[in-house]
This record gives sequence, structure tokens and C-alpha cells, in this order.
Amino acid sequence: MVTAIFFYLFSTLAIASAAFVVLAKNPVHAVLFLILTFFNAAGLFVLLNAEFLAMLLIVVYVGAVAVLFLFVVMMLDVDFAELKAGFIKNAPIGMLVGGVVLAELVALFAFKGLAIAPGKIAAAAVPSGLSNTEALGQIIYTKYVYFFQSAGMVLLVAMIGAIVLTLRHRAGVKRQSIPDQVARTTTGMDVIKVPSGGYTIPAAVKAATVIAKPEPAE
Amino acid sequence: MSDFLALITSWVLWIWSFTAVQSVALLVGLLVIIAFLLLMDRKVWAAVQMRRGPNVVGPFGLLQSFADLLKFVFKEPVIPAGSDKIVFLLAPLATATFALASWAVIPVNENSWGKWVISDMNVGILYLLAISSLGVYGIIMGGWASNSKYPFMGALRSAAQMVSYEVSIGLVIICVLLCVGSLNVTAVVNAQKNGLGTQMGMTNSFLDWHWLTLLPMFVVFFISALAETNRPPFDLVEAESELVAGFMVEYGSTPYLLYMLGEYVAIVTMCAMTTILFLGGWLPPVDVAPFNWVPGIFWFLAKLVMVFFMFSMVKAFVPRYRYDQLMRLGWKVFLPLSLV
Repeated sequence: MVTAIFFYLFSTLAIASAAFVVLAKNPVHAVLFLILTFFNAAGLFVLLNAEFLAMLLIVVYVGAVAVLFLFVVMMLDVDFAELKAGFIKNAPIGMLVGGVVLAELVALFAFKGLAIAPGKIAAAAVPSGLSNTEALGQIIYTKYVYFFQSAGMVLLVAMIGAIVLTLRHRAGVKRQSIPDQVARTTTGMDVIKVPSGGYTIPAAVKAATVIAKPEPAE
Repeated sequence: MSDFLALITSWVLWIWSFTAVQSVALLVGLLVIIAFLLLMDRKVWAAVQMRRGPNVVGPFGLLQSFADLLKFVFKEPVIPAGSDKIVFLLAPLATATFALASWAVIPVNENSWGKWVISDMNVGILYLLAISSLGVYGIIMGGWASNSKYPFMGALRSAAQMVSYEVSIGLVIICVLLCVGSLNVTAVVNAQKNGLGTQMGMTNSFLDWHWLTLLPMFVVFFISALAETNRPPFDLVEAESELVAGFMVEYGSTPYLLYMLGEYVAIVTMCAMTTILFLGGWLPPVDVAPFNWVPGIFWFLAKLVMVFFMFSMVKAFVPRYRYDQLMRLGWKVFLPLSLV
């Protein structure tokens, strides 16, 4: 009974907040509702005895991805009037996409019927004596290890690709050269001039750029 | 049948009310401890700067925190006209709630009565990581909703800073988990009963705890914890010399109190995590006669206060980092180090 109450609580809140993601006028509010949706989805996972997935959902999506969403949305200067003007223009396309999805859902339920009730699909049983973290680990690292590894490779390639596309070296940027700046010399500490670009200073350049070298005491 | 239902209902209610009583007891204890830790923080800071610190309210200023509480509660909350009012008021609530929620899985003792923890879930460590990563939302929401420049800058800084240091905290925790082989918080402490010291033939002692075998990770975790809780020297989020008070500029009275509360609860949570992951939780420093008579909760609190003292000392004598240095430290030093 308690589980049922929480199921309806979480699912109602999830659907309502998902609706507000689309309906909210302010993009920041939309992201905050998205975070609420993630939370409720995590709650549903907990009810299915999948605590590990629930925690991962919160750590990865709420803790990291949604922070970046919020970061970007806050930085964008969104002009609401312009958005509303676009609404009329883009409404037909949006309605077309929505209609196709609706038609697909209707077709699915028409063929399969509504027999896919939540109670019919029981959560996959976890082998006895294992917590679901251990069960998941054993399956991922034995049966599905190639898929798991290749998913990791895809993410790595995507990350490197994003860095390659956005990394620009600007000329004239001064960076710290910590080893050179804090190193002790025979005269104590020297104030040195770090040339722009790069962290390491060639020895010849270093000797030439030392300024304010104090005379050793007699 | 109805008798059976009534029995089940009363049983469920009994369990729930028991958990509720436990939670309230933990919260009251935690908040009282935090009131005094706050005073200790200020006293340590004052002592390092050769000042007296708060010493007017009560003997040695012991009641200072309670006086501050009353002062904040009786002030009038001011909500800026240009702010997003709902998010503005929700933000400090979120900070305080998320900070307090993490204490649900922190065990303070284990004895013949069982485990002294509210929820002994088997993904406790992940829960702690998840909840501590949510602390950033209170700051971002507050900074954005204030609709003002300094809070916004503070919010942007905090978002980048906390996401960066969370990565190294996560990797350090993974390192500890590999040594333990369980995500349960109580199991982490119990795994530290035997270790390096017992392998060398000594009795169970502080040499068994993870701080010795994982010393580099301990250092990385401590510094990352400072950054994750926005403590000096990483308090760029509220750097008073650049951003006035960062995301808290527009806040006053009770909402400000909630921010302060959330911040200190988060700090104490990090101290408790350090205690559990590296300093053997409630285990006595040496498992011989006078030490193991003392209840475990005393050792837990003693270690927690010791870690908090280290937090205060760092605040007192390390200058604030520059922002690019902070990011460099997080991504280029700690991340590779904890990966290794």
C-alpha cells in the first residue's frame, strides 16, 4: 500500500513537472522542472529496488548534466518576445512532429492493447545474495563487456572531438610557469618575466628575461 | 482480515514513527553540535589572529550562535523587487534541505543495539556523493534569482568549481570503495578494523585505518572537501574582496540563516565523510582497555571535531586562491593524481 502511494506520488509529480518543462515561460524554470522530473524518476527506480540506478541518475544527470544545462541557459540572454514570435511560425512543424509521435503511440496501443500494465512486467529478479550493484557489475563486466567498453570508447571519441573542435590557441596569452616562478636561484628568488604562451621557459630565454636581479651581498 | 490490516497498519506506523523520532533526535543533536562548531570556528580563527573572538554572550561566548540565530529570525526578510521571488526563497531552503538530507545514511556508532544510523541502505556512499553534488543548486538558484551582478558571478564560479572538485572527490571515493568492496557506509568503517597495523602483528589500532594506506588520497580528499564546501582558501564563490558576498549579497534574515546553516551542515558532513572513509568512524584509536570502554559515538565526534579543527586552521592561515589556479589545481593536479 505504501509502495502504491509513493508510486502514484512520484509518477504524478514526474508527469506534471515534465509538462511544466515544456509549458514554463522562463527557460531557467524549465530546467528546474526538468531536475524535479529526474528526481521523481529516481524515486520510481528506488521503488523498483534499483537503488544503484537511482543514485546514478541523481549523480550524473542532476549533479552534473543539469548543472551544465542551467549554466548555459542562465548565460544565454533569452528574448521572450522573439521566442513568442517564433512560436506562431514554428507551430505547424511542432504540431506535425507531435502528431506523428501521438499517431505512433496510438498505433502501438491499438495493436498491443493496454495489456502492458506496470504489474505485468515485473522488475528483473536480482540473483539471491547479491545487492543490485554487484549484480549489475557482474553482468556488465562479463556478458556485456564488449558493449560496455565500446560505449566507453564512443564517449571518449566524442569528448576528444569536442575538445578538438573548440580548443583555440590565442596568441599573447600569458600563463603561469610555476616551477620557474617559485624556483630558488643562487641569489635567492628572482622576479622573472614569463613570455606569452607555454608553461616552460627555455633556459636561454630565462637567463635573458630575469629582471631586478639583486646584487649579492659582499 | 480487518484485524490483520489494522495490525499491518499499526506496524507500519510504528516503524515510521520510530524513524521519525530517530531523525528528529539526530537533527536536534546535529544542529546543537553545529551551533558550537560555528563558535569554535570563529574562536580558532580569532586565536590565530591574536584576537579574543566572540566572548560576550554567555560564558566564553558559548551562547553566541544562539544569539545570532534569534537575531536573524527576528529580522525582516527583504526580497529585491527585480528578483524571481519563488526561486529566490526556494534556493536557501534547497541548500539547507540537501545538506541535512545527507545525514540519513551517516552511521555514528555500532554496538549490541545495532547500527546507529537512520537508513542503512546498501548504496550509502553513492547517496552521500549524490546529495553533496546537489548543494550547488541552492547557490546557482540563489545567484540567478537575485537578478543582480555579484550574485550571478558567484553562482557561475560556484557551478564550475563544485562540478570540478566533485570529480576528484568521486574518484577518491572509488579508490576507498575498491579497498572495501562495498557501497555500504557501515561496511566501510568495519573494513578498517583490520589493516596495515594488524598485518604487522599489532592489536587493532589507528594504524589499520585508511588514512595510512591511502595517504595521498586522504590529502586529495581533504583539499577537495574544502573546495566542495566553498571553504577558504577556495571561497571564491563569496570572496568578499571581489564579489562582496557572492551569491548571498541580496539575502538577509532567515533565508541568509538557512544558507549559513546549509553551508555549515555541508562542512560537518564532509568532516563526517572524512572520518568514515579515512579515520575509522567510531572505532577507538587503540582497541585496548581504557579506550574501548568509551562509547563509539564519542570517538566519532572526537574525530569529527578534529577534522573540523583542521578545516578552521586552513581557513585561518591560507590565502585565497586565484580562480584560474583553482581550476588548474582541480583538473590538472588532483584529477590525474586520484586516477593514479
